[in-house]
Amino acid sequence: MRLILGVLLTAVSLVAAAAPDGAELFGRYCAACHGDKGDGGVGVPLSLPTFLDSVDDRFLAETIRYGRPGRVMPAFDALSDAQVSAIVTYIRAWSKQPAPIYGDKPVSGDPVHGKELFASHCAACHGENGGGGKGTGVTFSRHRDLPIIAPALNNSGFLRAATDEMIRYTLQYGRPGTPMISSKEQGLSGQDVNDLVSYVRSFDGHATDTHPADPAAAATLSAESPYTLEETVENIKQAITSQNFILIRTDTLEHGLVKEGEENPRQVILHFCNFNFLYEALAVDPRVGMFLPCLVAVTEQAGKVTVSTIDPQYLSQLFNNVELDEYCKRMRGVYQSIIEEATL
Amino acid sequence: MKLHQLTGFLAWVVLFVTQSVHAEDIIMTRSVLAFPEAMLVLQESIAAHGYTVSRVQRIDVGLTGKGYQTDKYRIVFAAKLDEIRMLTERAPQLVPYLPPKISIFAEGEQTVLVTINPERYGIIADGAVDPVFFKRWESDLRSIFHDVNSAR
Repeated sequence: MRLILGVLLTAVSLVAAAAPDGAELFGRYCAACHGDKGDGGVGVPLSLPTFLDSVDDRFLAETIRYGRPGRVMPAFDALSDAQVSAIVTYIRAWSKQPAPIYGDKPVSGDPVHGKELFASHCAACHGENGGGGKGTGVTFSRHRDLPIIAPALNNSGFLRAATDEMIRYTLQYGRPGTPMISSKEQGLSGQDVNDLVSYVRSFDGHATDTHPADPAAAATLSAESPYTLEETVENIKQAITSQNFILIRTDTLEHGLVKEGEENPRQVILHFCNFNFLYEALAVDPRVGMFLPCLVAVTEQAGKVTVSTIDPQYLSQLFNNVELDEYCKRMRGVYQSIIEEATL
Repeated sequence: MKLHQLTGFLAWVVLFVTQSVHAEDIIMTRSVLAFPEAMLVLQESIAAHGYTVSRVQRIDVGLTGKGYQTDKYRIVFAAKLDEIRMLTERAPQLVPYLPPKISIFAEGEQTVLVTINPERYGIIADGAVDPVFFKRWESDLRSIFHDVNSAR
């Protein structure tokens, strides 16, 4: 017993003391979104040479640590400095160029003029107020030959990670291979660039990316039905249609888990869909399969019939995506209307 | 504490130190396999872990049928009957979340898998079910995802 105990304790201490492996950490925390080789997917393509050659290690580290609130990228705030550093080193190795080094000195410019320039030169991609391009993920939201969605410049995570000098460099040289073209190609002077940097920096403290938990959101929306289970199921079917959704099928909860005919018939699930709404939601976040398919459960226990659904706003809080919040709010309204209509 | 309990506990500590920097709400993984092969590995691994695939919802088929362009996108429902019966009895608020599901979708030549961390179901169950139950679910899911991630 002592031998086994000793071996296991040694194993624990060795694991704890080992230097972090950047490749292993990247594979565990980053690759699912950014791709095994950093070529992008749900997340941005990190291995894009013009991206890596224009961002410093501090930008990468701060991005890992603080993420992009409300823009999918989570904050990996539980990683140690050594682990973050190991991931940065691993990412950096994709570039043949040395990491750029930027100072912390603020760029001096005219943010009022910068705002005018932003509206005419940047807003088409980055949004009127720097809110960034819409959607995420290569699967639904953008064509595969577009390498990147314009980042949200007014995001508190971006503003924390990017120095003024880094923003200026990106404006001056653009990101070849992406729609981001250089200031020279846009006919902007050096002072114009400084004015733009000042305007972007003015978003600091005014970021609109807050992603607070919704205190009203419960995990489940439910109501007791005054009707029988069969009547309630029929009511739900009508309510689904009146909300412009299509009933896909009606099953028992245990369907597929037990032989047909042996399922609990008092647990009924109605699946339904509005394909246009679905397509839009998938464009906003390809991970929304967690909400799919739309369903209402009707169950009877001890003579009480209950109608219940997930609360999309509750789930939305797990996704760090403010765009998705809007869709979930709409879907919550649909669910509430269906439940109310069916149980009135 | 008996020997096998102690060794089990220490093995869990090793696993915890190596795997759990923090609890994620969403568990994701990527497979270098194309969608059909990744789907096959997923279903085999689910079965090998003792779960039954109760349904595969073909989201992409529904979308393309309505004229939308989309890559492969499926939802795989999987569970154990006795566990579903226990959960619906003890924590009826979980019913709309059951059976648990895994989203699997193509990203070019690769495949991405996403699911909710079962720990979240434990929060929703609000003490009606032993949290260890959901921890085991999480462990099984991570093992299944590992199988798909490491398959070549």
